[in-house]
Amino acid sequence: MQASPIEYRSNAAWFVTGMRGIFSIPAMILMTSFVGFSAFALESGISRTQAVFMTLSVWALPAKMILIGTMTSGAPVAASFLAVTLSSIRMMPMVASIMPEMRNERSPTWLLLFLSHFVAITSWVFAMQHMQSVPRDRRLSYFGGFAITLTLLNGVIVGVCYGIVAQFPPIVAGALFMLTPIYFFASIWASARHSVVKLAFVVGVIGGPLMAMIEPRFDILYVGIGGGTAAYLIDRYFIRHRRFKSSKADPREELP
Amino acid sequence: MTENWWWAFLVIAVAGWLATDIWRWLGVVVGNRLDEDSEGLQWVRAVATALVMAVTAKLVVFPTGTIADAPLWLRAGAVAIGFVAFLIAGQRVIVCVVVALFCLVSGLLIV
Repeated sequence: MQASPIEYRSNAAWFVTGMRGIFSIPAMILMTSFVGFSAFALESGISRTQAVFMTLSVWALPAKMILIGTMTSGAPVAASFLAVTLSSIRMMPMVASIMPEMRNERSPTWLLLFLSHFVAITSWVFAMQHMQSVPRDRRLSYFGGFAITLTLLNGVIVGVCYGIVAQFPPIVAGALFMLTPIYFFASIWASARHSVVKLAFVVGVIGGPLMAMIEPRFDILYVGIGGGTAAYLIDRYFIRHRRFKSSKADPREELP
Repeated sequence: MTENWWWAFLVIAVAGWLATDIWRWLGVVVGNRLDEDSEGLQWVRAVATALVMAVTAKLVVFPTGTIADAPLWLRAGAVAIGFVAFLIAGQRVIVCVVVALFCLVSGLLIV
């Protein structure tokens, strides 16, 4: 029998296709980072059960690092809450930017709310890279297959690796730490399908460290909202405007 | 910090789980109102990318742990060389990862 055309594949089949994404390089890199996280949790005095619970419930790695940092410093719950909340604002535009491509008219909101829990940088990049090649009404199954599996698997990794590696040799620890930003640099640039994303990429890379030195408390917010808006305006009124004019001037565009 | 065994779990649930998921839920609400080709979505994409890249660049410039002892030029240089190699190699992600890590590790061994 011939392989069925992609339109006829069921939701379950797309869910499994998404699950296979955990064998991709980005998923492997994230799993390596979580081995590093289990060592960090042990070092910080977080128990195994707490580390696993944190992985499944918070999921985003930077938010977990901040949570552990404030918890172990003995800060009140309200202070931890505020620090994690401020650091996680990026989740809102991240989720909002993939939703229009992911949902269809019939997607129930409760399902979107449930799936949004599994959005972190790796699954966000995965969605931007692969969503276009999946039929629209199967995208939620595909994303769920990848993102839910990735979260659960990393929960298992933290549970198993906790206590096995207490401390890496400095070079291995350094390479592990740098793996994540290096991967984000390449994959976010590679998945950019709009000129505005590349422009915002450059603004973020330069603005992030710069604002951290000027205004360390709200640096990320300033760069995100201020820098992102600037990138959007430059893209709209200079880059896309020029492209629009030059495509207008191209006589072939006028042909039916 | 630990009066009862469940106290830490409560802190994680409130200060971790709730603190991150409220933004994800708001993202669903906002994203539900955006059209795929709208200007609003272009702006949201710009803000999301700038935020994520600011966090990422800060990890390189102001890292935590043992890698913080390595000089800034080594960390930034390794990422820059890896990224240029990635662009030359037709934007293959694995090229960036391998080249940048190679530069970083050989730098750490020499310095």
